[in-house]
Amino acid sequence: MADPMRIRAQVAGDKATVRVLMSHEMETGLRRDGAGALIPAWFIQEVSAAHNGKTVLNAQWGPSVAKNPFMQFSVRGAKAGDKITVMWKDNKGDSRTDEATVS
Amino acid sequence: MQTRREMLHHSAAVAALLAGTGLLPTAAQAAWNKSAFEAKTLAECVKALGGGVPAESKDVSVTGPDIAENGAVVPVGCASTAPGVKRLLLLVEKNPSVLAAVFDVTDSVDANFNTRVKMGQSSNVYAVALMNDGRALYAVKEIKVTLGGCGG
Repeated sequence: MADPMRIRAQVAGDKATVRVLMSHEMETGLRRDGAGALIPAWFIQEVSAAHNGKTVLNAQWGPSVAKNPFMQFSVRGAKAGDKITVMWKDNKGDSRTDEATVS
Repeated sequence: MQTRREMLHHSAAVAALLAGTGLLPTAAQAAWNKSAFEAKTLAECVKALGGGVPAESKDVSVTGPDIAENGAVVPVGCASTAPGVKRLLLLVEKNPSVLAAVFDVTDSVDANFNTRVKMGQSSNVYAVALMNDGRALYAVKEIKVTLGGCGG
């Protein structure tokens, strides 16, 4: 299991700004190790976010997204105390879900 | 000529294969679009995602630094003010595969996303908005990279 995500969700007017920092290697599959062998691709493919259990965002990522990915988005109508859940899944089938409370 | 029975049999077999490799997510919409991520040009990529011929538009914006010192971590953002956006894409023109990220816009989120991408060399970065009516609008920004982010 990968390390937890860091999620911060803050109210800004009638919406909440959500910032997510994930912990992931995001290998492109194009780099070589010291012996010249290709390092296999290992990256997050799917990301989704939910507001109080309702999916509000789906994203698909490629290997071009930087290591330990950062993502920022705004959820309309989110209030303090609401739950924001973020889920990712990588190309090896590993996944992680974390939850944060809007403040 | 295939019979209907054979067709059904084949599609079931393919579905089983996909499920076996974990490529068939519960929501079909969230399926990772392999052909889009393997596209080498903006037009190919938009086509793979079902968009029309891309047209430049002022309603779409791409944000990022003019010069990025480290290509491994380049903060970029894409946004659109036009109504009826279905998806926002981020592309880096000179990366081995141009498409970096696809964000599906719903009514509950703003069409405004920020993330960080890797860039192998100085290149144009595109933000593309796929509209509900099939149009593809884009904005472009050149980002210069001092140190590439794709090498070992």
